[in-house]
Amino acid sequence: MEFGLSEDQKLLQESIGRTLEKVSPLERVRKAADEHAAYAGDVWQALSELGVAGMLIAEEHGGMGMGLLDAALASEMLGRHVAPAPFVATAVMAPIALAGAGSKAQQAAWLPKLASGEAITGVAVSERAAGAREGAGVAASGGKLNGTALFALDAAGADIFIVADKTGGLHLVTGDAKGLTRIALTSIDLTRPLGELRFDNVEAEPLSSGDAGAALKRMVDAGRVMLAADTLGAGWAMIEKAVAYAGERKQFGRVIGSFQAVKHMCAEMAAELEPCRSLVWYAAHAFDTMPDEASLIAAHAKALTSETGRFVARTATEVHGGMGFTDLVGLHYWFKRIGLNRQLLGSPERVRHEAAVLQGWAAD
Amino acid sequence: MDLAYGPEYEAFRAEVRAFIAQHGAQAPRRFGVSRPSEETQNWQRLLIEHGLTARTIPKEYGGYGAEPDILKSRIIAEEFTAAGLPMGIANQGISMLVPTLLELGTEEQKKKWIAPTLRGEVVWCQGYSEPGSGSDLASLQTKAVEDGDDFIINGQKIWTSTAHASDMIFCLVRTEPEAKKHEGISYLIFSMQTPGIEVRPLKTMTGHAEFNEVFFTDVRVPKKDIVAGRGHGWFVANATLKHERGMLGDPNQAGTRLKEITDLMHKETMDGTRLIDHPVYRDRLVALQARVFAMQFHGLRLLTAAAKGEDPGIARLIVKLQGCELNHQLAALAIDALGEIGVLYEDSPHLRAQGAWQHRYMFDLGLIIGGGTAQIQKNIISERGLGMPREPKPAKA
Repeated sequence: MEFGLSEDQKLLQESIGRTLEKVSPLERVRKAADEHAAYAGDVWQALSELGVAGMLIAEEHGGMGMGLLDAALASEMLGRHVAPAPFVATAVMAPIALAGAGSKAQQAAWLPKLASGEAITGVAVSERAAGAREGAGVAASGGKLNGTALFALDAAGADIFIVADKTGGLHLVTGDAKGLTRIALTSIDLTRPLGELRFDNVEAEPLSSGDAGAALKRMVDAGRVMLAADTLGAGWAMIEKAVAYAGERKQFGRVIGSFQAVKHMCAEMAAELEPCRSLVWYAAHAFDTMPDEASLIAAHAKALTSETGRFVARTATEVHGGMGFTDLVGLHYWFKRIGLNRQLLGSPERVRHEAAVLQGWAAD
Repeated sequence: MDLAYGPEYEAFRAEVRAFIAQHGAQAPRRFGVSRPSEETQNWQRLLIEHGLTARTIPKEYGGYGAEPDILKSRIIAEEFTAAGLPMGIANQGISMLVPTLLELGTEEQKKKWIAPTLRGEVVWCQGYSEPGSGSDLASLQTKAVEDGDDFIINGQKIWTSTAHASDMIFCLVRTEPEAKKHEGISYLIFSMQTPGIEVRPLKTMTGHAEFNEVFFTDVRVPKKDIVAGRGHGWFVANATLKHERGMLGDPNQAGTRLKEITDLMHKETMDGTRLIDHPVYRDRLVALQARVFAMQFHGLRLLTAAAKGEDPGIARLIVKLQGCELNHQLAALAIDALGEIGVLYEDSPHLRAQGAWQHRYMFDLGLIIGGGTAQIQKNIISERGLGMPREPKPAKA
């Protein structure tokens, strides 16, 4: 029995963290955000060189053949550094979809390019994972897609898309397909742009070689664990910044970190967030080894980490006082990152309902 | 990451199960009363003999004498919990005094006290807190003044659980009034039958006297009954408190409660609808389930660190604060879901679970305060875990 990280996993996480510290400091994040960039190409390249793009892709397709726990450790670092880089869709959800439901030819055509970081895949499954807003939804018929998909992930710079239709079928669409319109959605978080996709008789290849329904479920489970890990990393970064600020800022002749009112805010953040680490690890491990539990724990990890993330984001901002509210300190990049993670792929209320359904406590 | 125990441990699990199958019927039905009954003592002896409690305590002191193996301890706990059997006596003598004597006692003290304590024959209480010394325990004022071969003790202790049923007390007293506050304390062990000791029950909000006040008037204790020497009591107490904090906030208790509430919400109805079908209560249940899982997995993480001899750092410091709060919130959900029935108590008609949910809700608040208040825990987390500065001492007026 060992519930912890291996030496290799610790080294992997450290090396991703060190790289991001170098290539994605706050000035770089700020620049990407100011430009409304699809993503920071230099950051993505550095991550790809470390193998992050192909972590979950089998070695026969040029990837590293790692597990979801490894990907969660990477995601935690991306959140910690509010990295303006694609990840959840292109490096996690798309490879799972292609491996689970793609044909040999589709896998051979795309997985090596995803593994090297050369191609980016957007994923449009919001209507199936978070609920369809009025007017949204994609219909598939005769190899053509029609309709609208909202909140597509890693969409801005995507070369291909994986799209879920209204019945849960999965489709592969190239970014330059005729009839496809890509609209940027501006969210609070400018480090990871969202997209709207409009389909007007767009040619699509179905991903129908395996069980597409099961593949969609796996993609969403994995995506939820990644978003939870991202919030874990972003949340701990905010706690550390709050502790550091409270150790420097003086009022009434003392550093404010010596006031119990401030210290207790920091203690509460740490005490609430640290158990989420164990939940994220377990969820990732369950995804790889315990299929019966995977969806339930993924839902719990997403919901609890989102709720805790919201508490940490506001409390860490308050510890910074007025400076936390400014653009100058840039704390808001973490605040907004956590805010976006909470809503994507199912809000806490929605995923808790799914957790109840999975246990037979509620009707679907 | 590997959640399987492996063949050696699965073989051990099979042994534990075989014991339970063979002897489970002999387990006492009532457990946890302050003085172990004869039935409980028999069960305790059987468990020690089979290495299922007092497992790592050396044979010469009445234990089983196994090498420490935290995974085997966990397997025992898992199997006994699954079978609904009591695991052995877990009073303050066994969980706090015995480890302290093993670490710091003289050979004579170990020989004399550990074995009968383990067997449940000698019951101990803890004399630490005083009316004026709670969170600031080191300010304690109970005095022990030298008189020949004895100390003469005067003062008062409070929050002394099981004092009325105890044979012995381990007690912090001030022996060196001139020394700095942390350096003037000694740790004494003496009989509760010593003349001059008065025990008064302290009734709490639950309606029960879970604690006592203990008054000392010219209580004469031989000097040799000190542990680790004069002025070292604070050091000894910290060694002991480490053992107590490990007991508070156990996530497996939260797991058991979660299961009870889940069953309750499936069984109870309001307006003919099961509570589990009420979306608001159900959402609260699922939200708490996530927290229980998180703390259980957190426990696995701490267990792994302990097995490897690693310091888990801040992860360890949060357990008391989070675990006690979680238990309290679980009790709150059960009360809320029960509606008006949730307020019934004592022996009322329509009472559910013998009034356990209200009792737990109140008693848990005591646990949030006791054993280091939530606020003291937050000081510890921020100062030791996050490296934040201590509160400066107020300037002397």
